[in-house]
Amino acid sequence: MSDPKRQLSPVEHIKRASRHLRGTIELGLADQLTGALAEDDTQLSKFHGFYQQDDRDLRSERQKQKLEPAYSFMIRARVPAGRCTPAQWLAMDAIARTHGNGTLRLTTRQAFQLHGVIKRNLRPTIRAINDSLLDTLAACGDVNRNVMASVNPWRSALHAQVAELADAVSAHLSPQTGAYHEIWLDGEKLAPDAVEVEPIYGDTYLPRKFKMGFVVPPENDIDVFSQDLGFVALAGDDGTLAGFNVVVGGGMGTTHGEPDTFPRLGDVIGRCLPGQVLAVSEGVVKVQRDFGDRTNRKHARMKYTIEDRGVEWFVRTLQENLSFELEQAGPVRFMGTGDRLGWVQGDDGCWHYTQFIENGRLRDREGHTLLGAFREIAGLGHGQFVLTPNQNVTISALDDVQRSAVETVLSRHGIVRKGVLSGLRRNSMACVGFPTCALSMAESERYLPDLVTRLERSLDAHGLAEAPIVIRMTGCPNGCARPFLAEIGLVGKAPGRYNLYLGAGFDGARLNRLYRENIDEDTLVAELEPLFARYAAERERDEHFGDFLVRAGVIRAVSSGPDFRADEGQAA
Amino acid sequence: MTQSAASRIDTPLNDEDLSRLQVLAGGFSATKLTWASGFLAGLAAAGGNAWATPAASPALPEAAQTARLTILYASQTGNGRRLAEAMQADAQARGLASRVVSMADYRPAELRKEALLALIVSTHGEGDPPDDAEPLHEYLFGPKAPKLAGLHFTVLALGDSSYAAFCKAGRDFDERLVALGAQRLHARVDCDVDYETRADQWRTTTLDEARQRQQAAGGKVVPHLHAVGPASGAAATADGVPVIAEVLTNQRITGRGSSKLVSHVEFGVEEGSLAYEPGDALAVTTDNPPALVAEIISTLGVSPAAELPGGQRMQSALTSRFEITIAARSFVERYAQAADVPGLAALLAPERREALNRYLGERQIIDILYEHPAQISAEAFVATLRPLKPRLYSIASSPLATPDEVHLTVAEVSYTAFDRPHWGAASSHLASRLTPGAAVEIRVEPNPRFRLPADDSLPVIMIGAGTGVAPYRAFLEHREALGASGHNWLFFGERNFSTDFLYQLDFARFRKRGVLTRMDVAFSRDQREKAYVQHRINEQAHEVYAWLERGAYVYVCGDATHMAPDVHAALADAVASAAGVSDEVAEEYLKALKRHGRYLRDVY
Ligand code: SRM
Ligand SMILES: Cc1cc2nc3c(=O)[nH]c(=O)nc-3n(C[C@H](O)[C@H](O)[C@H](O)COP(=O)(O)OP(=O)(O)OC[C@H]3O[C@@H](n4cnc5c(N)ncnc54)[C@H](O)[C@@H]3O)c2cc1C
Ligand SMILES: Cc1cc2nc3c(=O)[nH]c(=O)nc-3n(C[C@H](O)[C@H](O)[C@H](O)COP(=O)(O)O)c2cc1C
Ligand code: SF4
Repeated sequence: MSDPKRQLSPVEHIKRASRHLRGTIELGLADQLTGALAEDDTQLSKFHGFYQQDDRDLRSERQKQKLEPAYSFMIRARVPAGRCTPAQWLAMDAIARTHGNGTLRLTTRQAFQLHGVIKRNLRPTIRAINDSLLDTLAACGDVNRNVMASVNPWRSALHAQVAELADAVSAHLSPQTGAYHEIWLDGEKLAPDAVEVEPIYGDTYLPRKFKMGFVVPPENDIDVFSQDLGFVALAGDDGTLAGFNVVVGGGMGTTHGEPDTFPRLGDVIGRCLPGQVLAVSEGVVKVQRDFGDRTNRKHARMKYTIEDRGVEWFVRTLQENLSFELEQAGPVRFMGTGDRLGWVQGDDGCWHYTQFIENGRLRDREGHTLLGAFREIAGLGHGQFVLTPNQNVTISALDDVQRSAVETVLSRHGIVRKGVLSGLRRNSMACVGFPTCALSMAESERYLPDLVTRLERSLDAHGLAEAPIVIRMTGCPNGCARPFLAEIGLVGKAPGRYNLYLGAGFDGARLNRLYRENIDEDTLVAELEPLFARYAAERERDEHFGDFLVRAGVIRAVSSGPDFRADEGQAA
Repeated sequence: MTQSAASRIDTPLNDEDLSRLQVLAGGFSATKLTWASGFLAGLAAAGGNAWATPAASPALPEAAQTARLTILYASQTGNGRRLAEAMQADAQARGLASRVVSMADYRPAELRKEALLALIVSTHGEGDPPDDAEPLHEYLFGPKAPKLAGLHFTVLALGDSSYAAFCKAGRDFDERLVALGAQRLHARVDCDVDYETRADQWRTTTLDEARQRQQAAGGKVVPHLHAVGPASGAAATADGVPVIAEVLTNQRITGRGSSKLVSHVEFGVEEGSLAYEPGDALAVTTDNPPALVAEIISTLGVSPAAELPGGQRMQSALTSRFEITIAARSFVERYAQAADVPGLAALLAPERREALNRYLGERQIIDILYEHPAQISAEAFVATLRPLKPRLYSIASSPLATPDEVHLTVAEVSYTAFDRPHWGAASSHLASRLTPGAAVEIRVEPNPRFRLPADDSLPVIMIGAGTGVAPYRAFLEHREALGASGHNWLFFGERNFSTDFLYQLDFARFRKRGVLTRMDVAFSRDQREKAYVQHRINEQAHEVYAWLERGAYVYVCGDATHMAPDVHAALADAVASAAGVSDEVAEEYLKALKRHGRYLRDVY
């Protein structure tokens, strides 16, 4: 799809003209007549960590009222490896209630999101976040995003090492522009004549967003194969960190009706030592910087650079930037992509509690005050908070006394516990979707819980209530909840209508395939019901739903990104 | 037009004609030239003797290019926009007269002025047009849908065949335009997600068609007869004559959660039957709130059917003939006497005047009836009442922009007092009880003391809070239609930015088009310390004074009790501080402005 005339995409011009992301954001903040920013600046704002949005529930109503859309901003705070202190949690909680819409959103990349921040509150909000020693710089935009890492505190030593590396890479790949401090933190202005350099990114940053993460097998909670760059921890015989397999070229984003957009699983290209992680990361970023497609944003992710030029080319080019050779990749086995909910004891004797947060949204509702509960827990000041890749939260490193203190708070707030939840719900994720997401075509976060409830009935009927089945929904094909790696993937097409994808691997190592297109809830339930029945009757011991559907011939296994599209159109 | 330029194109004029024309048009501004071109073409159209027909008044600037192609698009995800922009580029390259407009920036009323229209519309939701298309869509499918006999158009429909309602929005527009009398340039083209090729074909065909027609039309222009002339005195003619108007639109324009109930009301009138100018008000005949009529009747314990002298029944009399909301001194006098309520009579003592005013200020008639119940017949009661008078509302539209419509901005009076709901008669009638299709008696209340400067090149400063902004919408529409070169600065105040920014989208459009030079807003309840328009004036003191020195007219409209005096004080301060003179001198300065008719107020 890339433009034959090879013209740079408009965003490239905006970036170049922006003086390292300054643009006219400050003028926009000062404009009293609108709650929005100048159009070009809404591209730049992403690099600063926020998106302009409007309440889509009100859009047409307000148009009739001759009022502009109800603009507000979504702000994302980076949390490398998802690790934050109780104090930082308290800060985000307070900001959400003073400047946001009273909810805190844990994302599929282990970060925080605030919604509903209006323009005049942007500065105070971003300041407050920085005061808490988190930041929003590069939480979005054509740069390296929040760096993910497995949440497995029970393997304390490994986990700590990996998390520290995640921190280090995150810092190493942060943009160096002073724009962020100038605009939000009253850093002093860059003199017009002064020169400022982006050592790694250069003046136009990357062609597109870039995502990386660290995973510690057998967990594959971060969906390492969906990352642009993944590091798979390899433990030595003594159980300590020995190195990493390097995975490149994963991604989920697609566009309906555009066959040359597809999700892709990363390729394992070798292994490196812990000390080589920074060099490899920078090297990979630079290859993508120089060879990624800047003419077509729908073809600009690294997965396409690699798909177009081949893995061999990529490794060769990468090696030119490295002072060492990547070794032969080590053997790895993944069990699953989910979180271990509830209490687990670490190999250091500490307790760790993981709470299921439905679709990552914490709010206070009658009788179910999630946000309040975690405010109290954070208030205790114990342990460490870890945001998980499944939109959940882990409270880690507690002793027995602290454990019971936490339990008391949880039960007082009537928080749902593990076990009460079906295997389907425990493994469910939905992206944000309506009403804030500008790109959503159908409900997602607001709808999946009810759909799961309905599916639970037919699973129950087949004795599958406990069966762990990964279901993920997104309001559009961008894939924010990694739906193409779900055993049941639901991708919005229009209000009330979804594409149904089936047959992904439980371990996150096989994509699913389109099964039914543009169907409504009743059709969807009717389609799944018989498959549940067969699964219950014919599955082998410990066989997962996705694997079963492939074995039973219901779905042909997807072998590659392009193959994901292979028999589209045939799908009834 | 220079002679050389002119002689390069072949022309029926000889060199002598040309030089005469040159002398004539020499130094004309672009606007004047367009005006003249329209006017001359009008002459031609009227067989050369248009001088005799004053009706043939100047064309609107837009009208000056009949066969101009308008590429109008509504796009949600940008495909349509990109196609439209590419098409415009192509059209320009081929030297066609064309413009590209997003429906977001398009005033539905403009449609009547189009001759050649290329429509690019995608379908979203479940067969809906993009958000931007809604106003035009509603206009075309609504009661105000115009006749479009003169219009030639063609539609490019973007869609996705995997949806049931494939390209529905495009189809709807296409069929509706034909239904309204427009003719297709060529058949509609429906595109699937792979729209490039079909879109290209459609574009080429359309531009070829457009070229032929523009050549045929040869740039001839038919003046728009409905465009009334320059803003001086023209309104005098139909002044004051009541007409029956139909409610076209009645739209609440304060957002959810607002503390205000403000509505935008549009009346349809026979073109020319109701001549008015920006600054004028409309006198609207009203009925009283039915609930209030019922409440009064039951409080009095009389029969709704009670017959009054002249045969009218009590209920209908209270509904449409008598004032039953506003409590006037006259009512207290007559009621106290007729019903013999001493407690009330006591309030009438000369020395109690102040007390009485306060008392009346806080009460409607019903409140007094509750406080001072009395035995009184229906006939005796209505004798205490005043006739129901029409209420005045500033006109919020320009006859140049919407010749067959009048718009109002109505703040509904509805409040609770003494634990009972209360309503204003006319405002609740207009804002809540009148639905599209209803007929209302209206009359222009000319306001010669609140006029735009006759000289289009002079700047104006418009200051208004709440519904006080209404006439400024009319001013801006008018100045835009006239192509006035004078700068326009608007100060607006209300309570909350997100819900009470009246006509926010209109003003954004005016600013985008350069009509609104500056706008400063004050929203009193968005921050701890209250901020009002006068504070913005203080902040801009020097700039305000600079504008005044450049001959700016100052307008103040809206609340008389607080805003007007505070704004006056702010203006005086501005002059004093900026000019470095005493308060007395500053007051003198404002007095002088008033004398020269440059400081104009319309407050209520
Ligand atoms: C919050 C989050 C979903 C969630 O429920 O948690 C999210 C939310 C949005 N994503 Fe995402 N994405 C989120 C993880 C993802 C993931 C999953 C991942 O990274 O592991 C993906 C798929 C992986 C990938 O990138 O391929 C993802 C692929 C996208 C895309 C498609 C990118 C592409 O290559 O095509 C877009 C649209 C775009 O970038 O043009 C997008 C855009 C968006 C935006 C910002 C919509 C927009 O651009 O206007 C969404 C904001 C909605 C809202 O109102 O909050 N988001 N987005 C996740 C935030 C992660 C973070 O903390 O940084
Ligand atoms: C030149 C001019 C232009 C105007 N332009 C506009 C305009 O553009 N838009 C607009 O909305 N209005 C405008 N008005 C005001 C309008 O004419 C009416 O006065 C207004 O709508 C109220 O009329 P009503 O019939 O609804 O209320 P009425 O039936 O007149 O009754 C209102 C009664 O309620 C009382 N009352 C009102 N509010 C309260 C309260 N909060 N507490 C206690 N008592 C209260 C009043 O004292 C009065 O007795 C304009 C007025 C003038 C003179
Ligand atoms: C949420 C959504 C709903 C859609 N619904 C329809 C539909 O009902 N019928 C149709 O023909 N196309 C539908 N489409 C497809 C669009 O019309 C198509 O993508 C078109 O190219 C968009 O053009 P635009 O970017 O100018 O809006 C839909 C697209 C989206 C994103
Ligand atoms: S998947 Fe689509 S709808 Fe969902 S959050 Fe991402 S962009 Fe929005």
